[in-house]
Amino acid sequence: MSNSNLTRRGLMKTSALAGAGLALPTIFTASSASAFTNEPTGGTVTLGFNVPQSGPYADEGADELRAYQLAVEHLNGGGDGGMMNTFSSKVLQGGGILGKKVEFVTGDTQTKSDAARASAKSMIEKDGAIMITGGSSSGVAVAVQGLCQEAGVIFMAGLTHSNDTTGKDKKANGFRHFFNAYMSAAALAPVLQKLYGSERKAYHLTADYTWGWTQEESIAAATEAMGWETVNKVRTPLAATDFSSYIAPVLNSGADVLVLNHYGGNMVNSLTNAVQFGLREKQVNGKNFEIVVPLYSRLMARGAGENVKGIHGSTNWHWSLQDDASKAFVKSFGEKYGFPPSQAAHTVYCQTLLYADAVMRAGSFNPCAVVEALEGFEFDGLGNGKTLYRADDHQCFKDVLVVRGKENPTSEFDLLEVVEVTPAAQVTYPADHPMFAGGALGNCNPGA
Amino acid sequence: MLGLNKKDLSLLLIVAFLALCAPFILNPFPSDSSLAQFNAGYPDLMQRFVIFGIFAIGFNILFGLTGYLSFGHAAFLGVGSYSAVWMFKLLSMNVVPAIVLSVIVAGLFSVVIGFVSLRRSGIYFSILTLAFAQMSFNLAYSVLTPITNGETGLQLTLDDPRILGASRTESGGIPVTNFFGLDMRDTYEMVVGPWAFQFNNGYYLCAILMLISFYLAIRIFRSPFGMMLRAIKSNNTRMTYTGLNARPYTLAAFVISGMYAGLAGGLLASMDPLAGAERMQWTASGEVVLMTILGGAGTLIGPVLGAGFIKYFENIFSKINDGVLHTWFGFMPDGLEDLVVTLVHPFVGKGWHLTLGLVFMLVVIFLPGGLVEGGQRIGRLFRRKKSGDEAKKSTQSTPAE
Amino acid sequence: MDAIILQILNGLDKGSAYALIALGLTLIFGTLGVVNFAHGALFMIGAFCAVTLQRILNISFETIDPTRTDFLGNPMKVKTTYVETWFGPEVGASIIDWAVPLAILFSIPIMIGIGFIMERGLIKHFYKRPHADQILVTFGLAIVLQEVIKFFYGANPIPTGAPDVFKGSFDFGMLLGFEANAIIYPYWRLVYFAFAAVIIGAVFSFLQFTTFGMVVRAGMADRETVGLLGINIDKRFTIMFGIAAAVAGLAGVMYAPINSPNYHMGMDFLVLSFVVVVVGGMGSLPGAVLAGFLLGILESFASMNEIKSIIPGIDQIIIYLVAIIILLTRPRGLMGRKGVMED
Repeated sequence: MSNSNLTRRGLMKTSALAGAGLALPTIFTASSASAFTNEPTGGTVTLGFNVPQSGPYADEGADELRAYQLAVEHLNGGGDGGMMNTFSSKVLQGGGILGKKVEFVTGDTQTKSDAARASAKSMIEKDGAIMITGGSSSGVAVAVQGLCQEAGVIFMAGLTHSNDTTGKDKKANGFRHFFNAYMSAAALAPVLQKLYGSERKAYHLTADYTWGWTQEESIAAATEAMGWETVNKVRTPLAATDFSSYIAPVLNSGADVLVLNHYGGNMVNSLTNAVQFGLREKQVNGKNFEIVVPLYSRLMARGAGENVKGIHGSTNWHWSLQDDASKAFVKSFGEKYGFPPSQAAHTVYCQTLLYADAVMRAGSFNPCAVVEALEGFEFDGLGNGKTLYRADDHQCFKDVLVVRGKENPTSEFDLLEVVEVTPAAQVTYPADHPMFAGGALGNCNPGA
Repeated sequence: MLGLNKKDLSLLLIVAFLALCAPFILNPFPSDSSLAQFNAGYPDLMQRFVIFGIFAIGFNILFGLTGYLSFGHAAFLGVGSYSAVWMFKLLSMNVVPAIVLSVIVAGLFSVVIGFVSLRRSGIYFSILTLAFAQMSFNLAYSVLTPITNGETGLQLTLDDPRILGASRTESGGIPVTNFFGLDMRDTYEMVVGPWAFQFNNGYYLCAILMLISFYLAIRIFRSPFGMMLRAIKSNNTRMTYTGLNARPYTLAAFVISGMYAGLAGGLLASMDPLAGAERMQWTASGEVVLMTILGGAGTLIGPVLGAGFIKYFENIFSKINDGVLHTWFGFMPDGLEDLVVTLVHPFVGKGWHLTLGLVFMLVVIFLPGGLVEGGQRIGRLFRRKKSGDEAKKSTQSTPAE
Repeated sequence: MDAIILQILNGLDKGSAYALIALGLTLIFGTLGVVNFAHGALFMIGAFCAVTLQRILNISFETIDPTRTDFLGNPMKVKTTYVETWFGPEVGASIIDWAVPLAILFSIPIMIGIGFIMERGLIKHFYKRPHADQILVTFGLAIVLQEVIKFFYGANPIPTGAPDVFKGSFDFGMLLGFEANAIIYPYWRLVYFAFAAVIIGAVFSFLQFTTFGMVVRAGMADRETVGLLGINIDKRFTIMFGIAAAVAGLAGVMYAPINSPNYHMGMDFLVLSFVVVVVGGMGSLPGAVLAGFLLGILESFASMNEIKSIIPGIDQIIIYLVAIIILLTRPRGLMGRKGVMED
């Protein structure tokens, strides 16, 4: 069982049989000597941007794509350089990566693990992509991460919030900059305690798939640790559009906080329904009824309109942050596209820069060299304060934002306000934390 | 030869030629040209072409012959994939047991669903199959996660208890699926000038299985059994009056097409060991219906064409972005270039669904017999120049139910 | 007890949406014999009529407010809507607030128009074609329609609120002698239920009590004979298609405040509405309505925690499970006629 590649440039060693039959007069590629999958040989290097372009997350995918284009422009020396100027590592100078001009291909994940893998495979096999990045759901991230591990390319995850991505499904070739459900819970819990006290009864509505479950587990654990009681955990079907029959019983359950472990369209609908039912005007156990949305996305929150007002949640990054890096990024994104970037745009921009920087520092595109350069890498100046790419699980540890739906938005983008910046130390967990147990990074795989 | 008449034999030979030379045929453009975007000759897509071809051939045995429109065939593909991946996890990385098991499991599954659903006909049958498939999908996504790994899809891990074979390779990776030592993902690249042709082991395994499936389908079409199925389609009541019980025949057709779907699912998992629940969703069932109708239901080659067509759109058109458009139209003056790019933009990249929808409509409006009819019309056009009479005869003898 | 009453309310509410869509689908199927996979798209377009009217009412001009800055630090552009300048801030604001009910008027002509164009331009040519062709062409049309909407409105849901007076919820419990907050239900959902009842009633009385309706019913039963009597049944069927489109569209308009419209909401409802129609029995209008409410109520009950704890995941499959049981016990659905769509 030899460990061979699935790449366009790979040379078949084991299946000489089939080869012999077909090998007519041919000129063999020089790349037969390549040390790793899709080693860039010419003056360019190709990155694969795999984002949802159809389906419910298409707008998020579109925003990711904008950020990728901006990052490529900056890497190639165009534009104002954005966060390259504020990034603590200074090896990126706008001359491409290792002197090679950065090019990219795009694909559609459709937010389905199958389609996402097909798209990523075509980038690796057909376009010779050396790194795959993107995505807007944890299922897709885990599936593509697995593929990249087998193919021997680097995967820089986009928006993925499940604990599993860097927990039980972690891979040596995969890296996540985005935060996760555990961090959301760790950041939210103290704020919720401060706001709503420690005598609360929580009712969870959870999207019935792996991400929902990890978030439910994380939030329940964190809130129970500060004295809250979990009254009920109810799973809702992914395909549900109307949540009325799940929300109607909440008031009679004795709970006084509703936690919505939903994302995207599910979140928009369940929050809208909950507000429709007038939950927020009610008094239960002598307290105001409250709703919490642990994972906020500003793009999606727009769909819920004014229903988000006063609702707390967490987010990876928000454009209203006032540090130099965030300001620089908002400026170059805003000037190019006319509106502020989303957290998805921010995280994929960072991932692209981090990858390029790691290649420069390693002096090689070899995935194993890149992995080594990224592991344990400490940096600053990418909008989240001091950040560590932990070697044990390839998860970034950085500050987490607790946000609240703004009461008086001044524009259509001004939906959330930052309530608290939770320091990285508070959301850090040991690498062998039980919520992340069960997987192994394995060895880095350079392919060929 | 092979029990086929001359016409069928030549069809089989043409399909065999196309399938075996696909790496050349699908890679017509030099890889450094701007049209290389349209090349489809890379292993993953070629595999998908033939695998979904198998799926559609099987579906056509049911729908094309008996007229029973199943809206739940994706469920069989899904269970096929799951059983194959479980085989890789538990037994060995050899694809043969995996594929065999996936065909058997899908067969059993289709016996149960077919037995129940075939108690009704027409749209009632369609909804019954749809209901079974949707139930499978919904459960696989949520409650059955221990078996299916839910949203993420069933994957191989580093600590699978593989009885015949190692859990992990010496270099610490997950072993690769193989056919008695021949790795499925190995690719041999032949470079001729600016062209790079890729020959992939997995693809050739799929292609050979597709040819066998195709051959079996021809035999079924031409057999007395196939005749019986056609009779069910044209007039079920009269069949019953002649004292024949149609149910066993339709059930047999249903199970055969379910096993084809299971084979396709097993192959998908063998090429890329992951089984996602989305494979069972109604949209996936709808896709194979569309493939068959688009290509030409009831014809032998139609479903394969339809499958290739839809997969080509999904994988090639969705990757055309504005940057690519600008390189294509770069020769134009700036203003015109931008205008053309703006006009084309909604139809490619993230708009690939729009183009697909338009193509569905155009094909069904102007080519009622699907793509096959399009081919026949073109063929007729050429032949008419030679001799009009001959053309008439040959189209009449072509079955295009 | 209160939980059960709550779920019945929920079921009636869900059921009204199912029933309205299924009603339109059955009208088209029963009159024209066409399987319309684009019906969900019509529902979606209805919802986007509400979105569009809201956008139109919100058309505004920009003035620069130098005292404030936008996210890039440039002077902020403040938008004022024309409606507010024309009618004064208060009247203007309440017109915008009432966008969704106003969209009912706005959407009827649009939906009937779309229905006519669809029938005359496309569906007409497919009467004699196999059902499979009808499915393919209407499915293609559905994709095209939703992609067009996506192109103009994006993929994210767009909030489309109900008028302020309908916000909040009504306390049924107090009425029935339960304690406060035991049974509360949002006003807008009650409005939706009432609206659906009115529409369903209107369609039935139209078919039952007018000559036009009588001819259409006759045509549904035996198209050829009615044609032989010298009645131009085709024209009436075109009108029925327009009415069916309008019913779907209105269902969509009123649904907009319940869940923010997005471009794929039609597809989400499509499969479900077909199940409803078939469970009701192909071609039976009362069957479609009955099945809509039945499945709505069963779905609501299945999502109760007490039931979910006995059978995990039942809420995921209840609709399909019920469909299978009904189709196996009643071969043509609840009220289907013999020989319709069985070949």
